[in-house]
This record gives sequence, structure tokens and C-alpha cells, in this order.
Amino acid sequence: MSTDVVDQGKRRFLTAATSVVGAVGAGFVAVPFVASWMPSERAKNAGAPVEADISKLEEGRMMIVEWQSKPVWIVRRSQQTLDNLPKLDENLRDPASENTDQQPGYAQNAERSRKPEILVLIGICTHLGCSPTYRPDIAPADLGDDWLGGFFCPCHSSRFDMAGRVYTGVPAPTNLVVPPHYYLTDTTILVGEDGGAA
Amino acid sequence: MNYKIMKKHFLTLVLAFLPAFAFAVGGGAKIDHAPIDISDTESIKRGAKHFVDYCFSCHSAEYMRYNRIARDTGMSEAELRENLIHTTNEKGEPTKVGELMKASMSDEYAKQAFGIEVPDLTLVARARGADWLYTYLRTFYADPYRPTGMNNLVFPDVGMPHVLQSLQGTQKAIFKTETRQGVEVEVIEGLEIAQPGSMTTEEYDAFVTDLVNFMVYLAEPVQNERRSLGFKVLIFLAIFFVFAYLLKKEYWKDVH
Amino acid sequence: MGKLIGWIDDRFPLMKMWNEHLAEYYAPKNFNFWYFFGSLALLVLVIQIISGIFLVMHYKPDAELAFASVEYIMRDVPYGWLIRYIHSTGATAFFVVVYLHMLRGLMYGSYKKPRELIWLFGMFIYLALMAEAFMGYLLPWGQMSYWGAQVIISLFGAIPVIGDDLTLWIRGDFVISDATLNRFFSLHVIALPLVLIFLVVAHILALHEVGSNNPDGVDIKKNKDENGIPLDGIPFHPYYTVKDIVGVVVFLFFFATVMFFFPDGGGYLLEHANFVASDPLKTPEHIAPVWYFTPFYAILRAVPDKLLGVGAMGAAIVLLFFMPWIDRCKVRSIRYRSNIYKINLAVFIVSFVVLGWLAMQHVTATITLLSQVFSLLYFGFFVVLFITSKNEETKPVPDRVTT
Repeated sequence: MSTDVVDQGKRRFLTAATSVVGAVGAGFVAVPFVASWMPSERAKNAGAPVEADISKLEEGRMMIVEWQSKPVWIVRRSQQTLDNLPKLDENLRDPASENTDQQPGYAQNAERSRKPEILVLIGICTHLGCSPTYRPDIAPADLGDDWLGGFFCPCHSSRFDMAGRVYTGVPAPTNLVVPPHYYLTDTTILVGEDGGAA
Repeated sequence: MNYKIMKKHFLTLVLAFLPAFAFAVGGGAKIDHAPIDISDTESIKRGAKHFVDYCFSCHSAEYMRYNRIARDTGMSEAELRENLIHTTNEKGEPTKVGELMKASMSDEYAKQAFGIEVPDLTLVARARGADWLYTYLRTFYADPYRPTGMNNLVFPDVGMPHVLQSLQGTQKAIFKTETRQGVEVEVIEGLEIAQPGSMTTEEYDAFVTDLVNFMVYLAEPVQNERRSLGFKVLIFLAIFFVFAYLLKKEYWKDVH
Repeated sequence: MGKLIGWIDDRFPLMKMWNEHLAEYYAPKNFNFWYFFGSLALLVLVIQIISGIFLVMHYKPDAELAFASVEYIMRDVPYGWLIRYIHSTGATAFFVVVYLHMLRGLMYGSYKKPRELIWLFGMFIYLALMAEAFMGYLLPWGQMSYWGAQVIISLFGAIPVIGDDLTLWIRGDFVISDATLNRFFSLHVIALPLVLIFLVVAHILALHEVGSNNPDGVDIKKNKDENGIPLDGIPFHPYYTVKDIVGVVVFLFFFATVMFFFPDGGGYLLEHANFVASDPLKTPEHIAPVWYFTPFYAILRAVPDKLLGVGAMGAAIVLLFFMPWIDRCKVRSIRYRSNIYKINLAVFIVSFVVLGWLAMQHVTATITLLSQVFSLLYFGFFVVLFITSKNEETKPVPDRVTT
């Protein structure tokens, strides 16, 4: 169409430069739309840390509090239960809680808890998100003679012990999650915050 | 030229080209200009405290969360609890920092006490305008014919009592006689302090300025962020324009 | 890359579509400023659809929750405020761009043979857009949403015999209520956008069938080179794509200025009274429609009879549909038409703008009189055009486009 010599190099450069700036712009535009899917201030408030009063929690019993719309189990374990924990180690996938995603540092111990007798767990199976059932009874008919108490998931039969550690040979891949928590007083737990000491 | 100055120049330029947008004002009363500065976070903090102390027992700001104020003004959670959160939830526990600002007075009680529903104040600055609020809060005057004993220049026969009376004092109206359509009518010429309050006029005006500043912030908490983001977007578009324009010029060399 | 395109081309007319509508669509080379607004209207449609989709994710079409859910978007949703302002500013931008696009059509006779259908599709787009904007304005459920809808729906009550039943049917209740809100929401987010997209596709297909008009109004297909390519035509891509990018950037500059610095446009884009939740017992002091409806609202107010007022308002829009037949002049572009036409069009534009301003004023005797005068001027445009265009004294139209 033109007899002038077209500077193809300049043309290519300007096309590339404009495309890059345009792409960067499109990236910026995407940010607010993508970000709008993150939890809103309302959801964050509803998921704010919750206090749990454990003064009335009896030995062997479990209480449930709601944090971020998820069940959080608090169990007061007996000395007997704690003594039983090491006996199961060889049947467990991760007996020493080496997977650090599943609990804060202060719960990476034999009892998986801050205070040995008080167990705090998120009651969601690590397999597909069902909520397991609390089965503290020893050797019941349906769970077999080697059951020393723990949590049993009705959805796909995953088994966890009284520290939320997963058995081998079940579909759940990891131990149950210990949420961040700390003791405000001897009998009050704040679930959702580490209290500075992570 | 640094960034701040450029920004100011730019805004002046933009403002100069826009027609003066003004709120329509009913009643014919003179509306004073509110000398607020929405970027003054200290003023907003003071205003928030005034709001909670004087307005919040009756009026809610039910679309606003407490911790938003803390975040936007750089207040700590402890400060927030101490200064602004005095309510409890239905179980008697202290209100969470992320809760909406719901007044302690129930709607039913309000309706009984004042005969009307007490309006929510979250958006009142966007509905009425800062200048109107500033004038309204400063033009209460004694009127024995009103149940509260007070009337207002820009909100005739207002139902709200003058909650800031102890600070401002009591104003009375100065009347003058005018002839309209051959009829002599009494009109209010101005207001004067009949009984001083605990503040001087200057102190009171500053108090109201902070309060109005907070309410303007409250109506649109994002406005400072909005303007600063807008400035960045415009700079980006200016850069984009240079490339797009050069590209267009390059291709259009072909067209004769 | 070439292989992939080949694979697709065997199964789908990808390159054929690309060539037909972009790379080998020959547009006149003399497009001026006024020719930006078509592509900009398409851009705004995309902006509105995307921002709208994201607003629907957080909005609640429920009379109890709607107002609060908008404030929830403005405060609690991350960047919700930005998405909402994009959508509200986009509504205004849509009408600005469409009005300028329509004015372009009037100036250069783009509605004339063989482009009558393009114009008709365009007018239906405009109509759908008005319905879309009107229904969208109810959704924030503020005082203006409520009372604005109340007034507009009541217009249908002017229709004899069926009027009252019709308004009842539209509202689905005895007043504007949750039922109205819900059906308007459905129409606003599903039905009308589908109609709009269909009409836009038809508009563009019709345009590409007959080819674009230009500021000279000459037919570029009359002069072709040996390959059958119009001598005055240039491929849309890359020439007009790179040019339209410049237009888009400039447009976005204005868009961002309004959106970030004046999102409520001093009460003209987001009206003050709409920051108060709807209250069926209390009408706000000043009721005026959003600026893009005001010229027609002024015509409505100018007529002191309910039925005739509604009729006049409807006629003001319907007459535009018939432009291809009202204007009987063979010459397209304003450049080669008579002074009578130029003055007539100028008066029309002025009366449209003035009517828009009048609708926002308090009704006084003067305002009503002015509204009547300018309404007459508005309709006068069509009458004068019909009479004078048949034997108009026009200037000679060149064979080729001028630059």
C-alpha cells in the first residue's frame, strides 16, 4: 500500500511494548476481581478467635466449639488414655507428628497438645472433609479389639487415635489438624490465636 | 516536583474543569462550609470518640465495623476497645472488634421515646452532605413550642434533642420583621448564645468539625484509598497512552 | 501455532471469521473522532457484564437485605467498592458513549440506505439499554431506586383500560415490593443482557455485510482496485485496532477520573437520596431520574395530561426509529447538506441537552413553559427534516473520501 520503507523492527518493538503494557494493565484489572473472592470482613469477623470455657469439661468427655464455622473438639484425656498413646505408634502413619502443617510447633509432641490432658483438634477428616465420630470406648464390637479409643470417620472409615493421629491403611493421608490456640486462664482456651508463642 | 504536590495540582486541575456540584438545600437557611480534612486521621479519631460518646447511644452505624476505624486510623486494638467499644452482646460479653456498630438502644424503645425510628447514621454524610451536617449540629436554638424545647434552622421541627447542648450552651433566635406579599412575618435573622456551655464557640466548632469529619469518613471509609489508587491508575494510563499512540502513528504511516 | 490454527480451521471457521471481521474487513480510511464510540460502546458492554457478574456474587435481591448488601459490597468485600463503582460509572459511560455514537449516525447519515437495519438494531439496543439501566437502578433499593421505579411504572397506568392492571402485573404487588425487586433483578442480570448481546451481534453483522459509512458519506465500494479491494479502504486490523486502542486509553482516562475522584458525580451519578434505604411511606424531596433519562422526562412533564405526556415521551423515542424514512435526502453526510439541515440538527441537539437540564429543575411556571418550547423544538426536528429533505439543496459529493 505504501512505497515508503517500513521499519519492521520499530513496528515489532512498539507492538511488543504496547502488548506488554496492556497485559500488565489487564493483570492489574484482574486483581480486584480475584481478590473479591477472598473472605469478606463479615466472614473474618465470624471466623474470629473464640473462647472456650473448659472448667466443666469432665475427664473422657468431649466438647465442641465453632471456629471459622468448623467444629473444634476439646477432649480432656485420662492418664490411662495418655499412657496408651505410645502403644499405637507402629500402627500409625505419622506417630511423631512430623508433618508440621498439621499442628503448630507447640503441639508437635507425644500428646499433640499444649497441656498433656487437653486435646484440641479441628473435627474435620483430612480425607474428604467429613466430621469423624468420637469413640472413646475401648475395643468395641464394630471397631475391633485393638481399638484403644479415638475418632472414626463414618464416610470412608478413616481411623484416628486419641491424639488425632491417623492409622495406616485408611484413606485419610494425615493426622487431624490442631488449630492455633492458647490458654487465657487455666480454664479458658482461645481458639484461633497462638498467643504470640507459635 | 514531588508526588504529593503533583497530586494536588492534578486535583485542582480536575476540579477546575468540573461544574460546581452542590447539594440542593431546602428551607432556604444558609449552609456553612464544613472545614473538614478527610486525610486528617487524628481528627477522624477524635470525631469517632465524639460520635460514640454523643450519638451512638441512640444512633447506629450498622454498616460499619469497629475494627475498620482502627485499621484506617492506625489505632491499636487496645485503643479501639478502650475508646470506642462500650457495648456488649446479648450474652453480656464485650462486643468483638469486628462487629458492626449497632447502638445499644433497641429500635422499639427508640420508637417509643422519640415517636420515630432513629435513623442509622452510617451514610448520612452521603445523603445530606458534610456542610449540612456541620450547620445542623451548630444551629439548634431554644423554641418553647417544641417538645424537646429546641428547634433547628436547617431541620425545622427536628425530633432529636440537642445532645451537645451542655457543650455549646443554649442559643436563642433573633427575629426580624419582614413584609412578604403585604403580610408582616417574623423571620429568624440569626442565632446568639443565651447561656454559655462548657466550650467556647471556637472550641465547639472544632468539636463539630471533627465529628463531621468522622461522619464523612464513616459514609465512605475507602475514600482516601480510592483517591490514591486512582492517581496510580491515571499514571499507568498515561504511560500506556504513549506506547499506544506511537504504535498507532507507526502503522498509520502506511495510510495516505 | 500455525499447526494448531490449521487444526481448528478444519473444524471451525476461525481464520475465516478473523479475516471477515478484522484483517480483511475494509473500513474507510477517513474515520474521524466520532468513529471511536462504536468500539467504546462494545468495551463498556464488556466492562458492565464482567463487573455485573462479580456484583451478583455478593448482592442479595431481597427487599430486607438488598440495601445492606450493597453497603456490604462497599465495605466488607475485598475491592467490592471498586467493582461497584466500575459498574455505576459504567452505566453513565454507556449512555455517554451511546449518545455520541447515535449523534455520529445522525451527522453522517449512517442510517440511510443500505444501513437502515443497522440503525434499527442500534435503536433496539438503545431501548434495551434504557430498560437495563432502569431495572438496574432499582437494585440498590435506596429511596431514589424505589420512588424512581414507582414513578416510571405508574406511567403505564396512563394506558386506557388495561393501565391499572398492567402496573399491578409489572409490580406483582400493590406497591413496589420484594416481588418487583426480584423480577427486575432477574431481567437485569439475565434477560436483558442476553437481548443486548444478541442485538449487538446483529448490529455488527449487519454493519459488516454492507460496510461502514464515513464522514464524507461516500460509498467506498464504488472504487475498487484490481483485487476488488476498495481504494479508500484499509483493513480494520491492524489500522483501526491500533487506533481504537488509543481511543480506549483516552476513554479509560476519563472513566478512571470520574470513578476514582467523583464516583457519585455530585449526586448526578449516585443520587444523594439513594444513600437512604427505601421507605414506602416517605417520598424524597427532589425526585429526578438519572441524567440519561432526563430529556424524555422533561417532555413527559411538559405535557399537562397524563396519557398525552406518556404518549409524547414514547413518541420522542419511537420517532428516532424512523429516521431512515423521515430523512429523504439522498446525500448522507452533513458536510454536503444544506444549511437548513445543519441548523435543524443543531437545534435538535441543543433542545435535547436543554430538556435534560430542565428535568432536573424544580417545576415552576417558567420551567414548564421552557420544557414545552424545547419539546416542540425536539419534535420540530423530525417535521422540518421530513419536509425539507425531499428536495434539499445539497453540495456535490466527491467520488472519493477526503482526508
